[in-house]
Amino acid sequence: MEIDPFIFRSSIFILSIFIGYYVVWSVTPSLHTPLMSVTNAISSVIIVGAIIAALAGSTDSVFGISSIFGFLAIILAAINIFGGFLVTQRMLQMYKKKKDKKK
Amino acid sequence: MISANLSAIFYLISGILFILALRGLSSPDTSRQGNYFGIAGMIIAIVVTFLSVGNFSNSLVYVLIFLLIGGAIGAFIAFRIPMTAMPELVAGFHSLVGLAAVFVAIAAFLNPEVFNLGVVGRIKLASLIEMSIGAAVGAITFSGSIIAFLKLRGIMSGSPITFSGQHFLNLILGIGIFVLIYYLCKTQLSNIFWTVIIISFLVGVLLIIPIGGADMPVVISMLNSYSGWAAAGIGFTLENTALIITGALVGSSGAILSYIMCKAMNRSFVSVILGGFGADSSSDSINDKKEQKPVKSGNAEDAAFLMKNASSVIIVPGYGMAVAQAQHALREMVDKLKKNDIKVTYAIHPVAGRMPGHMNVLLAEANVPYDEVFELEDINNDFANSDVAFVIGANDVTNPVAKTDPKSPIFGMPVLDVEKCKSVLFVKRSLSPGYAGIDNELFYKDNTLMLFADAKKMTEDIVKNLD
Repeated sequence: MEIDPFIFRSSIFILSIFIGYYVVWSVTPSLHTPLMSVTNAISSVIIVGAIIAALAGSTDSVFGISSIFGFLAIILAAINIFGGFLVTQRMLQMYKKKKDKKK
Repeated sequence: MISANLSAIFYLISGILFILALRGLSSPDTSRQGNYFGIAGMIIAIVVTFLSVGNFSNSLVYVLIFLLIGGAIGAFIAFRIPMTAMPELVAGFHSLVGLAAVFVAIAAFLNPEVFNLGVVGRIKLASLIEMSIGAAVGAITFSGSIIAFLKLRGIMSGSPITFSGQHFLNLILGIGIFVLIYYLCKTQLSNIFWTVIIISFLVGVLLIIPIGGADMPVVISMLNSYSGWAAAGIGFTLENTALIITGALVGSSGAILSYIMCKAMNRSFVSVILGGFGADSSSDSINDKKEQKPVKSGNAEDAAFLMKNASSVIIVPGYGMAVAQAQHALREMVDKLKKNDIKVTYAIHPVAGRMPGHMNVLLAEANVPYDEVFELEDINNDFANSDVAFVIGANDVTNPVAKTDPKSPIFGMPVLDVEKCKSVLFVKRSLSPGYAGIDNELFYKDNTLMLFADAKKMTEDIVKNLD
């Protein structure tokens, strides 16, 4: 009997939870705010679903009802992706060691 | 354009890059590199999606335009936002992830063919369950984050809003969502799908309104977690590995952060999920100790004198520092102290501020080197050997009552042993209790000098007096 692909996806999901568990515990507490902003940015990979939905329209009808929701989701996710990564970058730039700023 | 197998491999690669992005945050040195991994993962995922759909008609132009509009808005926000507003920003971003999840689920429901999920009215059962769960969690994340945002921004009062039967109502609505999803699977009626989403929006609001302002660190972490689970739900629907991996990572990350925050406040996870906390503690105990105890108060000159004659100073920042934007003035003060060969370190309680790591970011913004900043357990023993503790904007996290009085609402909460210092300088606007509504015994200790003023103004005055 064949194994349902759902089982494979669940396996990936559960193993990723474990990876997440160990990786996040190793994050230093001083970087918890950047952790939140970067997890925000990466969870916006949901944009792939939005792109698929938005590209479903044909040349003469770009904006079907389902594509419109796709386009809206693209805007929201894009705000998050750019905003999330850039603000994380901005924060991380500020974390400097003592010896870095010899003056 | 490219085969489904090939794109699946690329999605896996971007999932791995996301794991590396989080891994990088284990130390500030590797964190910037980690962020680049994250960006690379995102670019791969997006490009592969374009190639796998392979529709390069007019739609593509519009997709790119909308991508750029969103990107421009995001970049603008990222560069303009002040560091003190980081909690609101993160809450706002969570709401966008939630809403995006809802929209993608709706798009999939209306046009299941493009996602290979069957046809309208006959969507595959598993997909239907996955997309409704994704949509429901996304909707809860969205409306919950909006409320959190409004509270953090001060547009909505930070005090908890409660009414009788609140938990019961939440429970009913929660069960209602599951019942509706069950009927949705049986009937495939779109009206049920919309109802699920609307009820979920309502649940999100109801979940967050009873939670008080100072408990926001837990709320934000919790919403962080929800946004991850929503993404994972959509990932299952779209059969997309990158989304499933990311959702699981983000979900567990938020859950761990909430756990850390709960532990730092000595609250149970369940009481957090049920909401309503912050309400139980504000009522009683305020009036118990109304007898006026003597308080020593001083001015900037006294504080400067004390610190100048110290050999080691520990700074304890809290939310008040963020509100007063005092971090730069503080840094100036510390520079002056260091010039006099005084050893200065910073002690940070996990729940100081309005989100995990809030204080660390503010200090980093003020150019405080991160190796001078210590977490509770690393520095707590040093208070006994230090001359001055400078408490700026923190309150409950220093209250010795948490160690001594089993009846206190904060009993058992790990606190900073500030009172063990030779002397304590406590910057505060008034004697009013903190959010827990309990008196801080520290105010009345012999070795405490209260500095009644705005945190920034007081710090600036001390700087002047240090010359």
